[in-house]
Amino acid sequence: MRLFGGKKYSTIKVRKKDLPAGLWVKCPGCAEIVYKHEIESGVGVCPKCRHHFQIGWQARLASLVEQGTFEEIDADLVSADPLDFKGQSTYVSKMQDARRKTGMRDAVVCGLAAIGPVRVAIGVMDFAFMGGSMGSVVGEKVTRLVERGTRDRLPVIVICSSGGARMYEGMLSLMQMAKTSAAVARHSRAGLPFITVLTHPTTAGVMASYASLGDVIIAEPGALIGFAGPRVIRETTREEVPPGFQRSDFVLKHGLVDMIVPRPELKPTLLRLLGYMCNLPAGQTPAPAPVEAQPDSYAGPGHVSS
Amino acid sequence: MPPYTLPFEKPIQELERRLQDLRAFSESQNIDVSLELSELEKKIAETRRNIYTRLTAWDKVQIARHTGRPYTLDYISECFTDFVELHGDRAFMDDRAIVGGFATLDTERVMVIGTQKGRDVRSNVERNFGMAYPEGYRKAMRLMRTAAKFRLPVLTFIDTAGAYPGVGGEERHIAEAIAVNLRDMSLLPVPVVVTVIGEGGSGGALGIGVGDRILILEHAYYSVISPEGCAAILWKDRAFANKAAEALKLTATDLLKAGLVDEIVPEPLGGAHTDLKAMAATLKQRLLGSLRELKLVPPDLLLERRYAKFRAFGVFEHEPSPPPDAAAQGQA
Repeated sequence: MRLFGGKKYSTIKVRKKDLPAGLWVKCPGCAEIVYKHEIESGVGVCPKCRHHFQIGWQARLASLVEQGTFEEIDADLVSADPLDFKGQSTYVSKMQDARRKTGMRDAVVCGLAAIGPVRVAIGVMDFAFMGGSMGSVVGEKVTRLVERGTRDRLPVIVICSSGGARMYEGMLSLMQMAKTSAAVARHSRAGLPFITVLTHPTTAGVMASYASLGDVIIAEPGALIGFAGPRVIRETTREEVPPGFQRSDFVLKHGLVDMIVPRPELKPTLLRLLGYMCNLPAGQTPAPAPVEAQPDSYAGPGHVSS
Repeated sequence: MPPYTLPFEKPIQELERRLQDLRAFSESQNIDVSLELSELEKKIAETRRNIYTRLTAWDKVQIARHTGRPYTLDYISECFTDFVELHGDRAFMDDRAIVGGFATLDTERVMVIGTQKGRDVRSNVERNFGMAYPEGYRKAMRLMRTAAKFRLPVLTFIDTAGAYPGVGGEERHIAEAIAVNLRDMSLLPVPVVVTVIGEGGSGGALGIGVGDRILILEHAYYSVISPEGCAAILWKDRAFANKAAEALKLTATDLLKAGLVDEIVPEPLGGAHTDLKAMAATLKQRLLGSLRELKLVPPDLLLERRYAKFRAFGVFEHEPSPPPDAAAQGQA
């Protein structure tokens, strides 16, 4: 079903104060006011300008894996507070807020699923949970996912979105970079496919570990991808950053990512890649239509933010 | 003795000034004050011991950044012989913020690699303040592969505020350079001994920090983020760096307690910068100890153990019943 193609866009010019809270969202791409339901029930792409909103893990999974095939693993892992971290606010209170706000237990959801005929191990990071930051739980879950892939000889796909290592867990967070990368090394040594999808934003500690290690690296349109944030660069070096710096087009041009894939094309693209990387018989991989929308039940309490 | 520059050393500085005054007085007036002098010297030693046994995390960060502190090349010339420096990443440039080459430690032939700071404006320009570009990490990895080819153990020295955050580094993918090192160092089939000698600044440090043994000097630090960066984010003010340093548990003792490092290398009283020769001698012994142990381990077992070591990093809990949202999704 083409949800957006046939009907009139639900975009109208209205002043912000006239909007009932929560029903509408201003698209940061084109500044149009968009009916929030349209974004949430679809794959989170602005019907007007194709801006890619950040989407929650449920919506992401729904857009990628076959219905009913996702089997979550390691859902029981939750963060401890190993440093007994106390700043302006404590880690424990930050964690409680994030859990309440998102209904998630940490910033990544992992499991086994089918994409078309291909069984995969898939991890989805969600920026809404503490900026997708990687502490012990994210590192452990990603490592277990990759190890599961190695053990069961499965391709591993990670949809990345992260501001970097989680400083509340100090050096334990930094070491997750080494831990996850070592797991990827063994998966790779076994000749298995590893695909990373870099969504807005993928930076710092996650970018400097597994996100950069895909055999194929895909970027979503307009994503911020890099190591240091533009503000840090400006403050440290007093260099002006060029327009479009660290955005998907920039990193494609500079040779980091293999391709930029709009969200509706992501699933068919993954399938085509898996056909080659799993060396499936040619011509037998079904090529499903682009994914524009899924039944509402998938969207769940998913959140949309710019 | 280098001039005192650290704020917490003020009491020692004050006593030293009095000592000099007293000496000058005794010389000019030709009065014997040897008793007073020795009392004062005793007091200085005691004060120094008191200060250096009660250092805060923030004090240690400042010692780790002391401009008189020995850098990688100082240890290379003090601990090693026959250093043959190798240059370049074979692709873009020779990053002078990371040095490396063949070297001999006692009778052991090794590959030594480390981040290198400068001491004055000129050398800091050359060394980019010890902050490497992607090419530094790629050069390091190239040298490690060379080492593996010739069955030479690898010793790395970490002393960096972090990888260089700049436009050029981003254009050439510093994150990817570090990630590749983390991946490939985990499978490097020769012993790797890592030593944090000064600043262990985040991913830029870890980029040459995957190994079989991780040593850290007594007053060095190793952290996921600089105390200033952490303070700016969590306290909205860099002035709270001392609090952030405490909270981040970044000192050698904290890290050893958490099992994140294997060994603390003691420094001379007053810090490594007060006695390079003594520091280098201790470090050399510790490096040889690790090296000679690791050389006995067959490569396969070495890699198994290295993997297990990093695999074990992480503290988390199990919470059995999944939250309602996840349960609903499980059925979808």
